[in-house]
Amino acid sequence: MEQNDIIKPENKVYSAPALLNQVHMHYCPGCSHGVVHKLVAQVIEEMGVADKAIGISPVGCAVFAYNYIDIDWEEAPHGRATALATAAKRLWPENLVFTYQGDGDFSAIGTCESIHACNRGENIAIIFINNAIYGMTGGQMAPTTLLGQKTATCPYGRRPDLNGYPLAITPLLAQLDGTCYVTRQSVHTPASVRKTKAALRKAFENSINCKGTSVVEIVSACNTGWKLTPEKANKWMEENMFAKYPLGDLKNLEDGIQR
Amino acid sequence: MKDEVTLMKGNEALAMAAIRYGADAYFGYPITPQSEVLEKLEEEMPWDTTGMVVLQAESEVAAINMVYGGAMTGKAVFTSTSSPGFSLMQEGVSYLAASEVPALLINVQRGGPGLGTIHASQADYFQACKGGGHGDYHMIVLAPSSVQEMADMVALGFDLAFKYRCVSMILADGTIGQLMEKVVLPEQRPRRTDEEIRQQCPWAVNGRKGMRPSNVITSLELDDDKMEENNWRFQATYREIEKNETRCELVDVEDCDYMITAFGTTARIAMKTMELARKEGIKVGLFRPITLWPFPEKELREAAKNVKGILCVELNAGQMIEDVKLAVECKMPVEHYGRFGGNVPTPDELLNVLKEKLINK
Amino acid sequence: MINEIVIAGFGGQGVLSMGKILAYSGLMEDKEVCWLPSYGPEQRGGTANVTVIVSDERISSPVLNTYDVVVVLNQQSLDKFESKVKPGGILMYDTYGIHKKPTRTDITVYPIEATEATIEMNNSKTFNMIVLGALLHVRPMVTIESVLKALKKTLPERHHHLIPLNEQALNKGASLIK
Repeated sequence: MEQNDIIKPENKVYSAPALLNQVHMHYCPGCSHGVVHKLVAQVIEEMGVADKAIGISPVGCAVFAYNYIDIDWEEAPHGRATALATAAKRLWPENLVFTYQGDGDFSAIGTCESIHACNRGENIAIIFINNAIYGMTGGQMAPTTLLGQKTATCPYGRRPDLNGYPLAITPLLAQLDGTCYVTRQSVHTPASVRKTKAALRKAFENSINCKGTSVVEIVSACNTGWKLTPEKANKWMEENMFAKYPLGDLKNLEDGIQR
Repeated sequence: MKDEVTLMKGNEALAMAAIRYGADAYFGYPITPQSEVLEKLEEEMPWDTTGMVVLQAESEVAAINMVYGGAMTGKAVFTSTSSPGFSLMQEGVSYLAASEVPALLINVQRGGPGLGTIHASQADYFQACKGGGHGDYHMIVLAPSSVQEMADMVALGFDLAFKYRCVSMILADGTIGQLMEKVVLPEQRPRRTDEEIRQQCPWAVNGRKGMRPSNVITSLELDDDKMEENNWRFQATYREIEKNETRCELVDVEDCDYMITAFGTTARIAMKTMELARKEGIKVGLFRPITLWPFPEKELREAAKNVKGILCVELNAGQMIEDVKLAVECKMPVEHYGRFGGNVPTPDELLNVLKEKLINK
Repeated sequence: MINEIVIAGFGGQGVLSMGKILAYSGLMEDKEVCWLPSYGPEQRGGTANVTVIVSDERISSPVLNTYDVVVVLNQQSLDKFESKVKPGGILMYDTYGIHKKPTRTDITVYPIEATEATIEMNNSKTFNMIVLGALLHVRPMVTIESVLKALKKTLPERHHHLIPLNEQALNKGASLIK
């Protein structure tokens, strides 16, 4: 059988989402970003809201998200994505507005904007990729880096006396009156990918329906930063990350926040 | 209908003029001496009338980024702050300039450096005109010297920002912000519809309506050649602005022997100094730049052709004087007189300085 | 005709609002006016002052060093502003708590018993209108009708029932000038 005999519409069981641009991603093999990007594209496509979607990309590995998903994007200064999203959503209340941020952007330099956007109940969806390390700048410590975890800026392992403790920010956000949906997911198995997709859909629907702020934390692997193979990285994540950052819904107000 | 004359503070005039202009949103954080802008907007509740969004941000950093996020969607968005707050905003200003999105920023200056004082100052001239944030960029800087100009410059600032896709700044000071004077507000204009915004700003990020090609606004460009190209484009816009948009006011310069250059509050004080001087038979004229950037260089050179000396009066240690000296190519003595730390000179004080530094020298 | 005025006293004495009503009254007569307050925390409990200019011509500087009329409502303000009255100008002060009287002889000095008049009226909020009444009696730069119009314009509707009381206070102030 020749290749052309195989590639026929009737044989097609899967295709990449049309909103995913056919370009090479700059992400490392084994990185979770690629999977999450695909899910974002799929969900927007399935909801039929590409004409209303405004994405806010961060500073960090996902800075180029705008090259990969074919929707309108604003690129934010480091940490300020939720401030940009606040304005975009208030000015275009019928649109889907979401941010896509890493742990440094969302929970270090942008902590103030993150908390206040959630506390105001901005009708935005926040996708928060937590891989416990700074990938883009070469593997430095993140606020979410685990105790004992080695990074370029805690080469002997994170010590609470020197570096403080890992920050679990989503449980804090779940306590705020402005959040309607806070969940923690992963994308390291087919089952977890399906759950994350459902979580993203719920968060995006909440944004469009103005139900309050949704936060989808995705505990992710950075095999390059962690200096592991992709497979070992997923295993390390299961064994170490999930203890500090357990998966599951932290808050889900079906009717949205009280206003 | 006769235009209604009202009495209000400069800060309040900014707020009212923005509503009347049909501005889409204000994001800001309280700081003396400009908090009346946000207070007035909250009191007016424009969200119920024009549909304008008003939001008290958690910081100036958040406020400028809300401006950035809103401006990129094509809406007419503005903020106001005072000196320390504007320092916090510098990163955002640089991004706005690099992204070529229109926005209006207002700095009602107070004395620095540091937390400084809450009283009037003009010590942010360099910050406003020569950069402030990182990278090569310019804002159009408008300097109001009356409450009426505070109101008028809102529309002018927005219009110029949208014309050139650049950042406009109103550089006022605590005195003009707190001063109450007569003002005629512009007529209420409707806000642009979303459809009008899409037409006027085809570059804006507001969703791929009709599945048009996606719009991405970013200040990031890792290809050095492309980034250099971007910079050339920015510079071309700035040259165009320099060619078209300089503004200034000349008062009694035709026959003057001495000239005062001043902007904002100090220009008002200098006008009284001129009156006092003329009573004594000393012919003094005033050159008041209305745009601080672009600086009205040619206009000053021409107006100062025959004067014996120039006194540059500022509420700082000597900032605009550099542009004055460059403009007149140091062909006559140019002296500086500055008060700072929130202090403001009086008209007779300026007359004495004029005599001391130029006339009796 | 130009009236360059400064009003100074304690925060809470109604210095700024007295200036504002004077400026509004000028507006009612189509005059050129401006109002420039001292601002900031000093308004609350400390000293406050406001420059008001009411003029038939365009106003140049809102910042002044000498004044046609100085109205001072405490000793600190008297000490600070006595020297800033233009020769031939007016200095008006509330006598309450003044232990060091003004000494200049090239100006007209009007001591008024405004605090006592306020106590007689049994309403501390009338203080600044009493002072304004006295001021306009010696320097009628605007009419009382314009002041009442200004009050109507600046007071929120729910406070309009206080306008007659303010009118009484203005008259009371005028009667303090002997």
